[in-house]
Amino acid sequence: MKNNLIKQLLQRFTPSSRALLIAVPYGFLLLFFMLPFITVFKISFADQATKIPPYTDLISIQDAAWTLKINFEHYRAVLVDNLYIQSYLDSIIVAFNTTLICLLIGYPAAYFVARCEKWRNELLMLLMLPFWTSYLIRVYAWIGILKDNGLLNNFLLSMHLIDEPLRLYHNNWGMYIGMVYSYLPYLILPLYAHMVKMDLTLLEAAQNLGAKPWKAFRDITLPLSMKGVIAGCLLVFIPAVGEYVIPELLGGSDSVMIGRVMWDDFFSNTDWPTASATACIMIVLLLLPIALFQRMQVQQMEEAYE
Amino acid sequence: MNKSSNKTSIVVLWLVFLFLYLPLLVVIVYSFNESKLASVWSGFSFRWYSALVNDEELMDAAWFSFKIAVASAFAAVILGTWAAMILARYGRFRGFTLFMGMLNAPIVLPEVILGISLLLLFVNMQQMLGWPEDRGFFTIWIGHTITCIAYVTITVQSRLSEMDKSLLEAAQDLGAPPLKAFFDITLPLISQALISGWLLSFTISIDNVVISAFLSGPGSSTLPLVVFSRTRVGLNPEINALGTLFILTVTIAIIANNIAIRRREKQRVIDMRLALASH
Repeated sequence: MKNNLIKQLLQRFTPSSRALLIAVPYGFLLLFFMLPFITVFKISFADQATKIPPYTDLISIQDAAWTLKINFEHYRAVLVDNLYIQSYLDSIIVAFNTTLICLLIGYPAAYFVARCEKWRNELLMLLMLPFWTSYLIRVYAWIGILKDNGLLNNFLLSMHLIDEPLRLYHNNWGMYIGMVYSYLPYLILPLYAHMVKMDLTLLEAAQNLGAKPWKAFRDITLPLSMKGVIAGCLLVFIPAVGEYVIPELLGGSDSVMIGRVMWDDFFSNTDWPTASATACIMIVLLLLPIALFQRMQVQQMEEAYE
Repeated sequence: MNKSSNKTSIVVLWLVFLFLYLPLLVVIVYSFNESKLASVWSGFSFRWYSALVNDEELMDAAWFSFKIAVASAFAAVILGTWAAMILARYGRFRGFTLFMGMLNAPIVLPEVILGISLLLLFVNMQQMLGWPEDRGFFTIWIGHTITCIAYVTITVQSRLSEMDKSLLEAAQDLGAPPLKAFFDITLPLISQALISGWLLSFTISIDNVVISAFLSGPGSSTLPLVVFSRTRVGLNPEINALGTLFILTVTIAIIANNIAIRRREKQRVIDMRLALASH
């Protein structure tokens, strides 16, 4: 009797193998993904200090008394400072335009590759190959192409198509070219995946019934590929808002991206609390698209296991 | 598809390919340029390749990055496959939504946010626990692993969902313990996905700038960090040579992988025919 009770208790409180199996990746993500966010949130309420690490503690113990000091100053400063507000706006506009241009190029590309049954795999491989090579080196190559005395300008000048070099480097032109170039595959891949699965008989039926190509596209192809479009757009838009490397290397001062402002606060001004507050506000701004992305991922997973 | 739309499709694809391959071509051609100026061609030379090999800073950084990429790829494959298996097996367990959120968010979350938050965690840990003492290999490794896990999970998941579940069930009905069933049946079936996930993670890691910038300490510069700081100062033809080597490696790896997949598919078709014929 007593033995049984102990056994039951033991069973109750020893984690099942199932729980243990789930705990390993769960714990890793809690420790190295969740906890860091809590830390950023915490430090966004601290004060900048000239010590290592360069911020004050929220909780201090003095004469056996605990004091909790929460400083909202950084949030206030970020939210009233025109530089920060303009940067948030610029980042959202740049990310939005990048997404739109990627969609305009990526949609037809994904569509044609998905429709070309004979060479589909080879074309997809060719589309993806550049993105397996270092992205930093590709951005670097664009500098050589777009500079005032770069390859493109030299070519156009020698053909007498232009009289003076086009300014494409260290401004919005260069940044957009770099952004679209780097983010394009994130849009093409999910789109292609949805288009390949599309039921073509529907399209044929529509054409047989006399639907104009445009109408068939609008009423059948577009709705069927909508999920791919949304997934691709989210995959471009969300990371593009916080992009740092491309605006830093190819962009200029006509659009100041929030990633650059945060980077400078962090590394040049050693103002960790303000950088943390800037990051927290960025997370809040991106919460909705990230939640949408998350919902689509869960849906996709559940469809896969149906 | 009718003729005219066929023609436009070919034109659009050609333009897209031109856009995609122009920078790669420039890198390759100018890596053999004698001149130091990136925009003037003055003759063929291997000069930048020998400069690259003798560049100690770049070579050290390349070796360091390679080690981190290998370690990150293995960690991401193990954790990513693990996550995919529990998702396939247990479905919506308690805490599922949070788990999926933590798993998938790094795919889209701006890297500056991931970088700063992990750095602050490590700084806090060091203050409280005295560990990790320095930023370097370990901290960068964790950062890269976090960004790669979800890619492996997605790759493995899509393979698992195509897989014949009855095989696994049969093994378990025959009394195979879950772990044995996993190593004997599931693992060989998803091996292709594991290789893809590993290569993808390796590429993401060896290419990462932003997270490494936050998580590296003095004396632990990764290759992209060195390239990045040099690019900020000005163009450096050695980078073209480095880029060409990258492009060459990737092209060979991708073509080899495609040939391997093709061959396996052909073999599968032959096996199936033989199996059918013998009945």
